[in-house]
Amino acid sequence: MTTDGPMDRATDDDTVDSGIYELRVNGGTRVVEGAWLGESLLNVLRDRLGLYGAKNACEQGECGSCSVLVDGRVVCSCLELAAACVGTDITTVEGLDPTGALTDVQRAFVEAGAVQCGFCTPGLVVAAHELLDRRPDPSELEIRESLAGNLCRCTGYGRIVAAVSAAAAERRAAAGGRP
Amino acid sequence: MTTTTTPTTPTGTTATGITTTTTRPPAAGIGSDARRPDGIPKVRGEFAFSSDLHRPQMLWGRTLRSPLPYARIRSIDISGALALPGVAAVITAEDVPGRATYGLISSDQPVFAADVVRFVGEAVAAVAAETPELARRAVAAIEVDYEPLDPLTDPEDCFTRDPIHPDGNIVRSVPIRFGDPEARGDVVVEGTYVIGMQDQAFMGPESGLAVPDTDGSVDLWVSTQFLHVDRDQVAACLGLPEEDVRVHLGGVGGAFGAREDVSFHVHSCLLALRTGRPVKFVYQRDESFYGHVHRHPGTIWMRHHATGDGRLVNIEARIVLDGGAYASSSLAVIANAARFAPGPYRIDNAKIDAWVVRTNNPPCGAMRGFGAVQACFAHEAQMDLLAAELDIDPIELRLLNAARTGDRMITGQVLEGPVPVEECIRACVALPMPPARDEDRLAWPGGAGRTADAADLRRGVGFAVGYKNLMFSEGEMDDAHAACRLEAGVASITSACAEVGQGFVTIAQQIARTVLGTPDVVVEPASTATIGTAGSTSASRQTWMSGGAVEKACREVAEDVRAAYAAVLGLEADQLEVVDGRLRSVAGATGAGMGAAIDVAVADAVPGRRFESSVRNRHAPTFALDRFGQGDSDVAWAFVAHRAVVDVDPDLGLLRVVQMATAQDVGRALNPLQLIGQIEGGIAQGVGLAVMEEIVMEDGLVKNPSFTDYLIPTMLDMPDVEIALIEQPDSRGPFGAKGVGEPPTLSSTPAVVAAIRAATGLALERVPVRPQDIALARKV
Amino acid sequence: MSGLLRPATLDAALSALGDDPELTVLAGGTDLMVAVNYGQRRPTAVLSLRRLDELTGWRGDGDDVVLGSRLTYAEMQHGELAELLPGLAQAARTVGSPQIRATGTIGGNLGTASPAGDTLPVLAAYDATVEVASAADGHRRVPMAEFVVGPKRTTLRPGELITGVRIRVPHGPQEFLKIGPRNAMVIAVANCALVADRDTATVRCALGSVGPVPLRCVDAEAFVVDHLDWDAGRVDDPRTYETFGALCAEASRPIDDHRSTAEYRRHATGVLARRALMRAFRGGGA
Repeated sequence: MTTDGPMDRATDDDTVDSGIYELRVNGGTRVVEGAWLGESLLNVLRDRLGLYGAKNACEQGECGSCSVLVDGRVVCSCLELAAACVGTDITTVEGLDPTGALTDVQRAFVEAGAVQCGFCTPGLVVAAHELLDRRPDPSELEIRESLAGNLCRCTGYGRIVAAVSAAAAERRAAAGGRP
Repeated sequence: MTTTTTPTTPTGTTATGITTTTTRPPAAGIGSDARRPDGIPKVRGEFAFSSDLHRPQMLWGRTLRSPLPYARIRSIDISGALALPGVAAVITAEDVPGRATYGLISSDQPVFAADVVRFVGEAVAAVAAETPELARRAVAAIEVDYEPLDPLTDPEDCFTRDPIHPDGNIVRSVPIRFGDPEARGDVVVEGTYVIGMQDQAFMGPESGLAVPDTDGSVDLWVSTQFLHVDRDQVAACLGLPEEDVRVHLGGVGGAFGAREDVSFHVHSCLLALRTGRPVKFVYQRDESFYGHVHRHPGTIWMRHHATGDGRLVNIEARIVLDGGAYASSSLAVIANAARFAPGPYRIDNAKIDAWVVRTNNPPCGAMRGFGAVQACFAHEAQMDLLAAELDIDPIELRLLNAARTGDRMITGQVLEGPVPVEECIRACVALPMPPARDEDRLAWPGGAGRTADAADLRRGVGFAVGYKNLMFSEGEMDDAHAACRLEAGVASITSACAEVGQGFVTIAQQIARTVLGTPDVVVEPASTATIGTAGSTSASRQTWMSGGAVEKACREVAEDVRAAYAAVLGLEADQLEVVDGRLRSVAGATGAGMGAAIDVAVADAVPGRRFESSVRNRHAPTFALDRFGQGDSDVAWAFVAHRAVVDVDPDLGLLRVVQMATAQDVGRALNPLQLIGQIEGGIAQGVGLAVMEEIVMEDGLVKNPSFTDYLIPTMLDMPDVEIALIEQPDSRGPFGAKGVGEPPTLSSTPAVVAAIRAATGLALERVPVRPQDIALARKV
Repeated sequence: MSGLLRPATLDAALSALGDDPELTVLAGGTDLMVAVNYGQRRPTAVLSLRRLDELTGWRGDGDDVVLGSRLTYAEMQHGELAELLPGLAQAARTVGSPQIRATGTIGGNLGTASPAGDTLPVLAAYDATVEVASAADGHRRVPMAEFVVGPKRTTLRPGELITGVRIRVPHGPQEFLKIGPRNAMVIAVANCALVADRDTATVRCALGSVGPVPLRCVDAEAFVVDHLDWDAGRVDDPRTYETFGALCAEASRPIDDHRSTAEYRRHATGVLARRALMRAFRGGGA
C-alpha cells in the first residue's frame, strides 16, 4: 500500500471505499478490508476486527447489547453504518480503560451480582460509563431512564441498578464527596 | 473458566513434612456471596459466547424457513443457490443421512420438512456460504413450490379436524380423578382463564460452531441447556455413533427453557461434514423467534368448591394448552399444568381434564415454570374469587387452606420434605410496603409518555402463591454425573451441567471449597467428551442434581484424603474426621503421629498426591401418572408467595408495577447474592407475562417476531423487589438446598394481575393484560 | 468500488443526489440500518450526511426557529431549544432508547414518515414547514400537512434532501402525550400533541399512530378556541375537556394491528387530548 493509498484519503475525502477503509477504535487505527457497503459497525467490529465485546442480540436498536461509544456518545453499533464511522473515535468495552485494567463500573458489576449470563453486560457497562461520565450523581430514576435502552433478561435489573449506584458512590468518595 | 488463586501458607508441619495445621483466608464457601468465576471476563467483553466463536476457513450457515403455517411441498429447487459464487453447500431433507426427525421426548419434528410444513418458520433447507450476506442471498435463491393447506390454528378444532401429523392432533391428555370428583361445596366459583404465548427472549440468539474432523466425526460448540441430549439427537440424525459427535458448551446468553430443543445443531454438523469446513450459525432475532419453542398458550376453565367457612372441597378444571406443530416437551408440560392446578392447598377431591394439542402454530415447550405458570394464573384468580364470594380476606383464605408436609396432592402423592406454604405467606405479607408515589411522572404509568396526572391513578395490591416440582418427574431418566480431582491444593470439578447464567459454576466452586477446604477450585468446561450427562439445566434441578453430584464427588475425595493422611501419620482413619473441609483429630484419639491436635484443610493434607472421584447422582424413583392421574410422580417441590403493588391509569389501561415482594422456599441459601439475582430475574419474566409479553398470532402467522414488538420489561418497567428467604433445609439436596430458578415466575404473574384487579375492579381473566383490556372493559 | 459519499457541503451533497437520485441517504441511520441488517434494503451507494455541519443544530430566525435536519432527539430534549419547544422536547424523550436518541434525527423522522414517528404530530401541531433542497430546484418549503402523505410516503422529490424544519415559536402551553404498552423504548400506540399560541389565539392539536399520517384535529381546534379565556389560562366550562377529547377521537382514523386495536386507539386519543387540554388550560366556571 502506498502512502497516498485509500487509507490516507479516507478520513478527509468525500468518498469512502467500503472495500477498504480505516476506523479509529480504542485509540488505535484499524484497517477494514472486504466489507460490503451496508455492513454495520457491529459486524465490522466483531467479524473483521475481532472485537467480540459488542454483542449481537437484536440488530435493530432495541436491546443495547451492541452499545459502543462513537465520539463519546453511546450508540447501538448495529445501527451504525461502519463506513460512515470513518473519522470518528470509537470506543468498545475492550477499550474503556486504556491500560486494560478493570474499570470501576466493571468491578461494581462483578461485586454487586449484576452479571448472570452476561450477554447484555458489555453494552450495559459501556452505557453506564457514558452515564456516569456525564452525570456523576444520578438518581435511581435517572439510572433507570438512562439505561432503559439496554435489555437484560436474566437479572430483573435490580443488581444492575445497585452496581451503577455503587460505582457512582465510589466515584463521589474518590472525589472527596459524600460516599 | 477462571479460578480463584489465593496463596496458601502452611503454618505447621510434622517431622515427616506433612502439614498438620494451616490457615487460609476464609473460603468463599457455602452460604457466602461468592462472586461468579466468569464475572470478570463477562464485564470485560472477553467471555466467549457461542456467537463469538470463529475458526479460519469458517463458513456461515443460514436456514430457509417456511413462510406458510401449513402446506405441502411440491418441489424444492436449490440450483439457483448452488450457482452463486461463494456458496459451499445447500442441504434439504434428502441430505439427512440418519433419523429424519428429532424431539426431546417424542421424535416427531423433521430435521428439514420433506413433504409438509406445519408452522411458519419450519426449517426447509440450509446453506453454507463464505459470508453471512452470501448465505442470506443463497437462502433467497432457493425456490420452494408450496401447495397451501388450511391451517389448524384454533386448539379447540384439534379434537375434530383431520390429523395434521402422523402422530395425531392430541399430543397428550391427562385426566386426574382424586377423592370424590363429584364432591360439591357450599360455595362455588368458576372462571375461564387465558394465557398468551410467552417467549423466553434470551438475549444471546441461537448460535454455535460445528467443526468437522478428518475421521468423519464432528465437534459442535453450542449454547444449550442439555449437552448430552443434544448429542444423542444429533448423532441419530447424522447416523453417527454417539462418540463421533462431541458437543461442547459454547458461552450461553440465557436460556429459560428455549435451549432444551435442538435448533440448527443437526444442520450445522451436516454442512460441516459435507464441506469439510467449520460452519457457524447465528440466528438473527426474527429467526430466533421462529427457531425455538415458546411457553404454551392455553385456556383453563376452573370451578372451585368450598365450605361456607372457606375450606376447599373440590377443584374441577378443563385445561387445553396449544402445543403447536411438534411435541417438544409438551407431554411433561401438560402433566404439570394438570397436577399443579389446585396450587399449594389442601384439597381432597379433584376432577381435572387436561390436553395438550397439536396445531399449525409455533411449537411450544419448556419455559421457566413449565406448565405450573399457566395453572397458577388460574388457581390464584380463583382463590381471590372465592375469597370475595366468602367475604374472607384473600390471605386468610390461603392460610386456611395452605398445604403442609404430609398432605396429599391431587395425584395422591404425599408432600414430603419441608412444605412452608404458610411461612411463605406470612413472611411475604410482613415485608414492607413501598413508599408513597414518586413525584416524578417518569415513575408513573406511561413513563416518559406523560400520559397520567396524579388524579388519574389508582393503586392496587395483589397476592398470590404457587408451587412446582423440582427435578424431572414421572419416571423420566434424571441423573447427573460429576468428577472431582484434587491435586496440589487445587480442586478441579468436571460436569456437563450447562451454565446458562444461573450461576452453577459459582455453586460448584462453593461446594468444593466447603468440602475440601480450599479456595482454589477450577470448574472445567462442560462437554460430552469428558464426562457423562448432567441432565438438563431446567426444572430447577441443577443445584440439587449436579450440585449434589459435585458434593458427593468432593466428599469421596475427602474420604480418600482422610485415609491417605491417616496412613501417612500412622493413624487409624477413624481417628480423623472431616469437618467443614478440614481434617481434625477425633477428640481423645491418640496415635504415633498424633503429637498435637490435627487441624488441616483437606486439600492441604497430602499435597503430593492426586485424588480423583467420579460419581453419578440420582434421586428416588418417580412414577408416571396412571389413567386417573394418580402416582408418585415427583421428587420434591418448592413453594413461593408474591405480593404486587401496581399503579394503574384505568382510563388508558396503562400501569406501573411499583413493587414486588416475595417469600420463597429455598431450602438453604447457598449463595444469597445469586439467589437474589434468580428471584429478581424470574419475577421480571412473571411481570412481563402479566403486563406486556405475548407472541401475537394470526392465522398461524407470528405478527411480532422482533424486540420492537415483542416487548420485555426494561429497567423502567421493573420495580424494586423485597425478598424474604424461607430456609427450611431439605436433607436430600446439597447442604439442604432446593432449586430456586422457577418459583419466582410462578405467582408473580397472578399477583400483578390481582393488583390490577384490585385497582380497577375488573375481572381480567387473560394475560398479558393489555391496555384495551382495562380501558375498554366494563366493570364486573 | 461500492462507495459511501460523504460530502462536506450541502451543495456537494445536493449535486451528488442530483446526479444519482437513487443514492441511499444516511442521516442517523436508525431506520435505514434495521432494514439493511434484515436484508430488506441492500444499498449500492450511500450518501452520508454526517459531515454536513450546515444541517446540525438549530438557529433562531426572527420569530421562527429553524431546526437543522441533523438535529438529534437528544439535542431536542434539553437546553434553550427545549424551553422554546417543550412539546418537541417531550416527544423526543419518548423516542426509542438513549442510544437511538443520541443518533436519530428530526430529518430522519420526517424522511421515514412512519405513522408512529413521535415528532411528527408535534411538528404538525406547530404547523411547521419542512425545508427541502435540490440541485435542480434549489430550496423550497413544504407545510407539514403537505409533506407526509401516507405511511412512509412523503412529497420529497427525487434529488431532494430535507435540510431543516421551520417552526414559528408559539407562546403558550405545549403538551405531548404518548401511549405505549411499556414504560420506555416503545413504539407509540397513540400520541397527541397540543400547542397553544396566545399571539394568534389558536390551539392546534395533532395525533400520531392513529392514522396513515399525523392528523390535525381541526374541528376540535375550532371548538376549543371559543371556550378559552386566554388571559386567565382557563376554559370557560369543564365540559369543554370532554367535548374536545371527543372531537379529537373523531378525528382519528386508527386501524387494528398487532400493537393495538382501532377501538382502543380511538378511545385513548380522546383521553389523551382531554388531558392535554386540562394541563394546558385549567378548568373554570361551574
